[in-house]
Amino acid sequence: MVQKHIVEARGIHKHFGPLHVLKGVDLQVDERELVFVIGPSGSGKSTLLRCLNRLEEPSSGSVVVDGIDMLDPRTDINHARQRIGMVFQSFNLYPHMTALGNVTLALRKVAGKSRAEADALARKALERVGLADRADHTPGQLSGGQQQRVAIARSIALEPRVMLFDEPTSALDPELVGSVLEVMRSLRETGMTMIVVSHEMGFARNAADRVVFMDDGLIVEQGPPAAIFENPTHERTRAFIGQIQRH
Amino acid sequence: MGGWDRFVETFFNAKVMAKYLPDILSGMVVTIELALLIVVTGLAAGLALALLRSLGIRPLNWLIIFIVDLFRSLPPLVIIVLMYFGLPYAGPSPSGFVSTWLSLALVLMAFSEEIFWAGITSIHHGQWEASRSTGLSYGQTLFNVILPQAFRLTIPPLTNRTIAITKGTALGTVVAVTEILGQASSAVSNSYNPSPLMMGAAAYIVLFFPVVVAARWIETKFAWKR
Ligand SMILES: Nc1ncnc2c1ncn2[C@@H]1O[C@H](COP(=O)(O)OP(=O)(O)OP(=O)(O)O)[C@@H](O)[C@H]1O
Ligand SMILES: [Mg+2]
Repeated sequence: MVQKHIVEARGIHKHFGPLHVLKGVDLQVDERELVFVIGPSGSGKSTLLRCLNRLEEPSSGSVVVDGIDMLDPRTDINHARQRIGMVFQSFNLYPHMTALGNVTLALRKVAGKSRAEADALARKALERVGLADRADHTPGQLSGGQQQRVAIARSIALEPRVMLFDEPTSALDPELVGSVLEVMRSLRETGMTMIVVSHEMGFARNAADRVVFMDDGLIVEQGPPAAIFENPTHERTRAFIGQIQRH
Repeated sequence: MGGWDRFVETFFNAKVMAKYLPDILSGMVVTIELALLIVVTGLAAGLALALLRSLGIRPLNWLIIFIVDLFRSLPPLVIIVLMYFGLPYAGPSPSGFVSTWLSLALVLMAFSEEIFWAGITSIHHGQWEASRSTGLSYGQTLFNVILPQAFRLTIPPLTNRTIAITKGTALGTVVAVTEILGQASSAVSNSYNPSPLMMGAAAYIVLFFPVVVAARWIETKFAWKR
């Protein structure tokens, strides 16, 4: 039997006015797979992720996540988005709420949990990211690494089927990166399907199942981390890998 | 009689003040009623317009911007006079009270719409994205995530504007509203003594000083550490 992909994106194009940002991207992701997306700035990595949960409306193509046609107008998009967690470079925590409040908001408003249920689930999620004791802190009282872990808790509390990470550690001081990668690694161990845009090549090497290289709105090359990093077949991939390894 | 006594006799004449105190007090009641009506309806209408504008419907937004700019550029007194003396030619003849209320409410609506709008747009787009990505709807995001943050930013300019516009209730005098200044100036012409004006000034201070202090308190209460 052919294994069903949990993420099935086909022929995605995205135009911003005259700008053709995605030029027919196909991306299939298996359940429990960790796919790493790399590529130069402006190549369309963020836009691709944002098309998967329809934060950005693809100009054409199809996106099916966990059997739900994300682009069908009849799909309850708010309900579908619960299954797709997203973590942003800039954390985007709600500054007027505590860590607990950040995590409970969608549990109560979207998942329809009572306050008590939501609090319990949120505390469990905060515990998973190692911040059980920070539940009552506001984002302003947390370090960048802690804020990003709260943002991860906010997503996983909804028990998503897929997690999207858009440069989750790029805004962090180097000494705080490890704590976030640690949480991502433990999430991976629970079998979470993850699509990660990041420049953390060390993490990619030992955690990713597959590395996807994007350039100029297209997937140029993909394969196991070792193959992409040691033996890239395309000139553009080789140039990009060489460039980041010099840093 | 010394200079000081004459000054007191003229500006703080006890007999005149006692006589007209009830008028000033009834003026205070009218001013309070007017001010409350203006604040509640003006701010509600301003917020409603800002929320409508956030839907991003082009022609509707042009209309909103036009209305807002119109009422921000006309002097409030002109609006009051037009409504009281001009509107009857077109049909409805609002009383002086209603003319003053609606005019100042429209002005507050216009200024507060701009302030609310600036607050809403100043919230980083990432807040929308984080909220929508967890499945909250547009409206849920607006009310739970965006507006609470926007309100905090709008409180200082909003309280300043609200206080400035509600003090404009004194303009109601020109259309025979018996608010504080109206009562005080008719008392002055009846008694040939300026003491009622002093009482009027005191009445404004009694009314507005606590509001200014409360505004300061609200500003500090709603500030949170980032
Ligand atoms: N909302 C938008 N409106 C117009 N252009 C946009 C918009 N979002 C992205 N773009 C453009 O699309 C292109 C791809 O952007 P995208 O953010 O997907 O790239 P990226 O690969 O994530 O880059 P980076 O590594 O810098 O984050 C860029 O040229 C960008 O300027
Ligand atoms: Mg990006």
